[in-house]
Amino acid sequence: MEKNSLKAWLYLLPAILFLGVFLVYPLVDVFIYSFEEGYNSASQTYFGIGTYNFSYVLHDPYFLQALKNTLILVLITVPVSTALALLISVGLSSIPHLKQLYQTVFFLPYVTNTLAVGLVFMILFAKTEYSDGLVNVLLSLFGMTPVDFLDGPYAAKMLVLCIYTVWIVLPFKILILTSALASVKADYYNAARIDGTPRLRVFTRITLPMISPMLFYLIITGFIGAFKAYSDAVALFGTNLNTAEMNTIVGYVYDMLYGDSGGYPSYASAAAVILFAIVLTITVINLLISRKHVHY
Amino acid sequence: MKVVLDHVTKAFPNRNKKLKQDVIAVSDFTYEIPDGSLIGLLGPSGCGKSTTLNLISGLLTPTSGRILFGDEDVTDFSPEHRGIGLVFQNYALYPHMTVAENIMFPLGNLRGKDKMSRAEMRRKAEEIAALVQIEAYMDRKPSELSGGQQQRVAIARALVKMPRVLLLDEPLSNLDARLRLQTREEIHRIQRQTGITTIFVTHDQEEAMSISDAIVVMRDGVVQQIGAPQQVYNDPCNLFVAKFLGTPPINVFDGSVSDGALYLGEDRVLDVPCVPDGTYYVGIRPEGFEIRADGPMHAALSAIEVMGRDVSVVAAHPACTTDTLRAIIDADETVGLHANEIRFSLKPSKVCLFDRRTEIRVRTDK
Amino acid sequence: MTCPTPTTPQNVRRTTDGASVRRRVLHGCIYVLLSVWALIVLFPFYWMLVTSIKSYGSYNAEHIPTLFPSSPTLENYMDAFTAVPLADYFLNTLIFTTVTTALMLIIIIPAAFAFSRLQFRGKNVLFTLFLSLMMIPSELVVITNFVTVTNLELRNTFAGLILPSAASVFYIYLLKENFSQIPDELYWAAKVDGTTDLKYLLRVMLPICRPTVVTVTILKIIECWNSYVWPRLVTDEEAYYLVSVGIQEIRENGFGRENIPAMMAAVVVISVPLIVLFLIFRKKIMEGVARGGTKG
Repeated sequence: MEKNSLKAWLYLLPAILFLGVFLVYPLVDVFIYSFEEGYNSASQTYFGIGTYNFSYVLHDPYFLQALKNTLILVLITVPVSTALALLISVGLSSIPHLKQLYQTVFFLPYVTNTLAVGLVFMILFAKTEYSDGLVNVLLSLFGMTPVDFLDGPYAAKMLVLCIYTVWIVLPFKILILTSALASVKADYYNAARIDGTPRLRVFTRITLPMISPMLFYLIITGFIGAFKAYSDAVALFGTNLNTAEMNTIVGYVYDMLYGDSGGYPSYASAAAVILFAIVLTITVINLLISRKHVHY
Repeated sequence: MKVVLDHVTKAFPNRNKKLKQDVIAVSDFTYEIPDGSLIGLLGPSGCGKSTTLNLISGLLTPTSGRILFGDEDVTDFSPEHRGIGLVFQNYALYPHMTVAENIMFPLGNLRGKDKMSRAEMRRKAEEIAALVQIEAYMDRKPSELSGGQQQRVAIARALVKMPRVLLLDEPLSNLDARLRLQTREEIHRIQRQTGITTIFVTHDQEEAMSISDAIVVMRDGVVQQIGAPQQVYNDPCNLFVAKFLGTPPINVFDGSVSDGALYLGEDRVLDVPCVPDGTYYVGIRPEGFEIRADGPMHAALSAIEVMGRDVSVVAAHPACTTDTLRAIIDADETVGLHANEIRFSLKPSKVCLFDRRTEIRVRTDK
Repeated sequence: MTCPTPTTPQNVRRTTDGASVRRRVLHGCIYVLLSVWALIVLFPFYWMLVTSIKSYGSYNAEHIPTLFPSSPTLENYMDAFTAVPLADYFLNTLIFTTVTTALMLIIIIPAAFAFSRLQFRGKNVLFTLFLSLMMIPSELVVITNFVTVTNLELRNTFAGLILPSAASVFYIYLLKENFSQIPDELYWAAKVDGTTDLKYLLRVMLPICRPTVVTVTILKIIECWNSYVWPRLVTDEEAYYLVSVGIQEIRENGFGRENIPAMMAAVVVISVPLIVLFLIFRKKIMEGVARGGTKG
C-alpha cells in the first residue's frame, strides 16, 4: 500500500509542482501583497501591513474610470449577448435545413485571435483623415453624421467595445444554448402540441424552464467573463487604455504591474483582489437567484 | 366517439437515400373502432402500430386514406384540433411542474369562451386526479413519484380536456411486472368509467389480450387480424398471428394430410375430412394436448415442470419444428408420466393447419 | 364520481394549408435573422481579406471604402513578412504553442491517471483541492507569477512564457472523468498479465481515450495561439513576441494606422492557421467547448 501511495504521488508530482508554484503560491501571495504597504520591487521590502493599497486604488481616478467602464460593459453586454444568443439558438433549432452550416459560421469568432480581429473592427469603425470608415459610410446612408468611434465621444467608444465584446462572446453562448435546446425531448413538444399549446406558451412554460440551468450557467460565466474584459479593449484602443478612457479593471491591474505606469505590484494586487471580490459577490448572488428559479 | 380508419397508408422516405423506394409503415389500414371501446394495437417492434397511433393523434398525416372521428373527417386536422389525449411511452411529464400544474397545463391553453379561471382549472384537475387516484400527490414533482404514479399523472393530463379519443403508447412498458398487472387493471377501470374510446399500443400480447375489447394484430405495416382477443386466439387467420398470441407459444409441426387424415411424422393424429392432401404447418396450442395411454401421438418425454395449478410437459417429437413441444395439462392428470414415452390425443379445436407457402390458415371444418 | 362526457373541440378548425403557410413565413423570418447574423459574423473576415489585397495607394484613395478591390495585389503580404518580423512572431508562437501543449499533456495525463486509477491516501482531499483551484481567476495569480518570473530572470525567455501556462486543472478534470469510464476489468486483466501501470496507461487508457486527449490538445492549441496577456507581460524584446503581442506592436509601432492593408495582411496570416484547424476538427472543437470550455 505504501509503495502504491508513493507511485501515485509520483504521477501527480508534475501537476502538483506546476500548480503549486504558478497557482497556489501566487494566490496566497496576492493577498499578502495587497496588504503590504509601500512594497518596493527592487529591494523587496515594505513598510508595514495595512489597507492603504486598497484605499489608494479606490481613490485612484484611473481605477474608478476602469471600474465604471467595466460595469457599463458588463451591464450592457451580458443581457444583450444572452438574449441574442437565445434568439439565434431558438431560431437555429427550429429550422429544417442548413443548421450545420449556420452553426459552423456562428462559431468562427471563437477560434479567432481577439487582438487580430479587433484590428478589423477598429478599421471598420475608425474615422481617419482619408475616410470616415465603412460604418460611418453606412450610417450616413441613414442620414446620420459621422462619428469618430475610436477617438471621439465616450458613448461611441463604449458602443464599439460593447459590439465587439458581444461579437466575441456570442459563439460560446450560441453553442451552449443550441445543445441545451437539442437535449429537450421531442415528446414534451408533442405533448404540448396535442394540447394545442400556443408557441409562445410552449417557449415560456416548457422550453425556458427546461434550459434554465444552462441559461443561468451562461449568465454566471458571462458576468465573470465580462468583468475580466481586457484584450478586446486593447485590440480596439491600443495598449494605452488610460489615455483612451477605455481601461478596464484587468487593464488597470496590468498597467499597475508593468508598462509605463507599472512597478506597483501591491496596487495591482489590491485591484485584483477587489475584482475578485466583486466577481465572487455577483456569482453568489446569481447562484442564490438561480436556486430559486431553476426547479429541477 | 367511433374512430374510422379508411384505407389509411403511411409511407416514409427511405432512410437509405440511395434507395428511392419509400418505406411503407402502415399499409391500407381499414377499421371502424366502435364508440367507447378499448382497442389494443399489437405487434412486434417495427410493425407500424406506433405509426398508426401517431396517425390517429395527428402527429403524423397519412399519405393516403382518411381518418374520421364519428362522422367528422379529421384527416387534415392538426393534433390540437382533433380533441385527443395522448399518453407517451415515457410519460413526457414536464419535470419542472408539479403534478397539479402538469394536469392543469392543457387547460391553460383554452382561449375565448372556454377560458377557465384558475379555481375552475384546479377543480377540474382535482376531479381527474381523483379518477386516477393520485389526488394525494398534487404538489409533488414528477421526479418524486414512482413509475406507476407518473403513469397515472400522464393519463390524468391526457384526460383533463375530456378528449374524444384517448391514445396510449406502450403504457405499461416502463413499469415492473407487478405494477404492470395493477396498472393495466387501472387503465381498464378508467376507460370503463369515462367511456372514452381508447386505443393503446403494445408489443406484449398478454397485456393486449387481458383488457382489450378488440385487438388489432399488425406485421410489417399490414393488419393481420382484428377481433376480440379470445376469438383471435382461438381462430388465428395465419401462422404469424397464431405464433404471436399465447404463452407458452403455439407448437408448430410439419404435418401432412392424406385421405382426410392428418399425419405428424408417422403418427396419424386427427381426421380432417375436408382438407385436400398435401403438406401443412400444423399449430397445436399447449392446452390442445391430452395425455392418453392410447393416444395417437407418440412423443419422447424430456421434462415435467410443475407450476402449481398446471403441469407443463416438455417432450420431443420428430415432426416438431422446434426441439421440443410444450403441453399444458391439469395438475391432476399427471398419471403415467413416468415412462420415457408419452402419448397424447389432440383436441381438434386447438389444432390449426396453415398453408406451407402462404402461411394462411386452412380450414379444417366446412 | 363524475363521468365526463366527451366533447368536441370548439376551436375553429384550421386547415393544414393555413398552418403550413404560417410555418413557411415563420421559417422565412428565421432564415433572414440567421443570415443577418451570419453576415455580421463573416463580414469582418471578408473585410480583412479584401483590405489585405488592396494596394496602399488605392486604399487611402478610397474616401468611401469599396467592397471589392479594383486592382488586387499580394504586395501587402510581402510587406507583412519583410517590413515587420511577422515570420519570427509566427515561429515563436509555433514553438510556444507546441511546447506548452506538449508539456501540459505530460503534466495532466499522469495526474488524471493517478486520480482515476490509483488508490492512495488523501486522494479525495487532493482532488477536491484541485477542483477548487478551477475557481481561481487567472488575473489573480498573474501578479505573483510576473514577480516570480522577473526574479528568476526568465523574462524574455521561452521558459518564462511557457512554464506558467502549462498546467490546467480543468483539463486534468476532463481527462480524469474520461479515464474513469474505462471499466475496472480492463485494468485487472492487464494486471493479471503482468502489465505495469505505465504501460497500461500508454497502451490501453490513452488509445481508448484518444478523442478526449485530441479535444484537450486542440483546445489548448487555440488557447496558446490566442494568448495575449501573459506574453505581453513577460516579453518586451521583439525577438520573443508572439503573434498577439506582435500584431499589437505592428499596429502601434510597425505600419501604424498608416498602412492598413499591410496590417490586414498580417491579421489574415495570423488568423488562417486557427480557422483551418477549426474547419478540420470542427466537430471535436465544438463538442469540447460545449463540454465546458470557456474562452481563454
